[in-house]
Amino acid sequence: MANVRLCHLYPDQMNIYADRGNIAVFRQRLAWRGHNLIITEAGPGIEPSPNHDLWYLGGGQDRDQTMVAEDLVQRKGPALRTAAANGAAMLFVCGGIQLAGHFYVGVDGEKLAGAEVLDVETTAGDTRLIGDLVIQATIENQTHDIVGYENHAGRTKLGSGVQPLGQVISGHGNDGNSGYEGAVRDHVIGTYLHGPLLPKNPQLADQLLVWALGHGGQTDLALEPLDDSFEAHAHQAATIRANVER
Amino acid sequence: MPIVPAGLSRTAARVVGWASRRAGRGGGTTLPGVVLLKLRPQAVAELAPRLTRSLTISATNGKTTTARFVTACIKADGQNLVANPAGSNLLRGVATALLDADASEHATGIFEVDEAALPSVVDQLQPDVILLMNLFRDQLDRYGELDHLATIWAKMVASLPPETIVVANADDPTIYGLVAHRENTITFGVNDISLARSEIQHASDATTCRTCGADLIHDVVFIGHIGHWRCTKCDLARPEPGVVATTIELHGLEGSTVSGLTPTGPIVFELGLPGLHNVYNALAAAATAHALGVVNPIVAGAITDTKAAFGRAERLTLDNRELTLLLAKNPAGVNENLRTVMLDADPLHLYIQLNDRTADGRDVSWIWDVDYEVAFDHIASVTVAGDRAHDMALRFRYGGFDTTKLTVHDSPAAGLDAALAKVPDGGRLYSLPTYTAMLELRSILVERGVAGVFWDEA
Repeated sequence: MANVRLCHLYPDQMNIYADRGNIAVFRQRLAWRGHNLIITEAGPGIEPSPNHDLWYLGGGQDRDQTMVAEDLVQRKGPALRTAAANGAAMLFVCGGIQLAGHFYVGVDGEKLAGAEVLDVETTAGDTRLIGDLVIQATIENQTHDIVGYENHAGRTKLGSGVQPLGQVISGHGNDGNSGYEGAVRDHVIGTYLHGPLLPKNPQLADQLLVWALGHGGQTDLALEPLDDSFEAHAHQAATIRANVER
Repeated sequence: MPIVPAGLSRTAARVVGWASRRAGRGGGTTLPGVVLLKLRPQAVAELAPRLTRSLTISATNGKTTTARFVTACIKADGQNLVANPAGSNLLRGVATALLDADASEHATGIFEVDEAALPSVVDQLQPDVILLMNLFRDQLDRYGELDHLATIWAKMVASLPPETIVVANADDPTIYGLVAHRENTITFGVNDISLARSEIQHASDATTCRTCGADLIHDVVFIGHIGHWRCTKCDLARPEPGVVATTIELHGLEGSTVSGLTPTGPIVFELGLPGLHNVYNALAAAATAHALGVVNPIVAGAITDTKAAFGRAERLTLDNRELTLLLAKNPAGVNENLRTVMLDADPLHLYIQLNDRTADGRDVSWIWDVDYEVAFDHIASVTVAGDRAHDMALRFRYGGFDTTKLTVHDSPAAGLDAALAKVPDGGRLYSLPTYTAMLELRSILVERGVAGVFWDEA
């Protein structure tokens, strides 16, 4: 039995797209294999240890995002950058990818500094990019279709220090025209895919868990397969809905 | 487009509605309004003087049921009324309803209005009373963020004439924050703290003060972020409500007995709809009726006599089983539905239909904000169907539910049959459909001769 130490950033402020579903997937997919998820909730004012194996930041309303941004840079930024450099797994969803980059310029023009974990920058556009989203992603030499839903005003540009998470098959992605979705560097993933993301994309969940276990020193530990038939059906339904004209 | 004379426009709109009904294409509850607004964009403003007075009802949850309560109060008071049918709650639905209004009837207009459409409806209609009930997280793809709705409502309230009466929920900090400094406001709320929840629910949408941005404290939580709250920094706090429930006795699924006070004295009503959320709906209606000058005994009688609206805790009998329809469209609403069905002492059988069409919200993330887990120990079976049935199956699987008690079905009819087959003879099945799923279920039930056709309802 192994323990994975998860640092959940701002669970009370940044949770608008059912982010707790992603946490539930981490917890259950570990539990079903006899492992344990230990969750630290890092709200405003808390300076987390850089030793966590897995980090998560979800999306919030613009108001909440503005409220946590400075605290993120001051109190979480150093630990996040150290952990990323040490190979910890990280998932930044929606508002998360916006705050993980260099900066985010909101709808009102206000510029928020980011945590500098991913080489991306984001500026809000005039319209929101909303709808079902399907991308093709290659992670650790495995290619998967990843499905979800997107709803964001931000247009995210990638710098040379990151790769896109995937190519858009159906939907808008980072900015509606580059054809890219998300950003990856080492074990750090940023994405606009919610739905929530992980229940319908169990391979991605397991990849993050393998990275997290590796960070915790469990490098020889293989995750045994699970019966993912509900997941496969839901993935298929999401793909079909993304291709329906509506 | 050239300006089409008002009379001709109205005739054209009526003909379209008649033709639509005649062709069997639905109740014609919005099409005439669509045509009319195309020809006369200010049609609602032009037709509004046909009414003696009017009111709007808006909320994330409870619009339709509350409109039913208010309608009952106005009828019992002997007034004529004009109303839009449930579900036709955009500007075009109001326009359609106004086409049938006749100034000689001195009618009161009662309009349930979509949250995002409210400012444009209010701008044209200039209602005498505006009821603002609650704002919860709902269909982010359609409405955008909750903050956005609160902000457009705040602008609307700020531009109202001083004589307009706003009826507002004292217990919802987002709503009360809009009217805190406004004259001509009537508030409603619950004082009976025996019904409080032990802690704030996950799907809580108001944690900070709209005036100063500091954290809010909830001393008591009733539903989501609704309760007894105060700001930790400024002086914004829940006021003592003008219309208040002082003692509430919940009688399981049958309803409740509510004792309270209005500015004119005590009021007691027997509510035939279950759950605390329906107590709030009734209080909102009582406060609105008070604003319109209806006296307490008439209000109490009308609320007591009101039955469930279409799909809102509606109970039907099918194959010797009782089927209860509980519209399930957002986290706060479903949490209340679950709290209500758990009043049933028998093991629960649930039939959940999850669709992702425009009227449901295309983003099904919201199901992860529902606290289904609270009911897991009470559930004997779960049957799921709908466009996103497997998303619901995953919600239960990752919540830790024993999925051997869960089956997934492709069609709503097959799902209904499978769900009924799991219920013992004489037992109860609780159906929790999203909006379009409820319409589908309704037509299945109509085909089987169980339910009426909704647009015939008053």
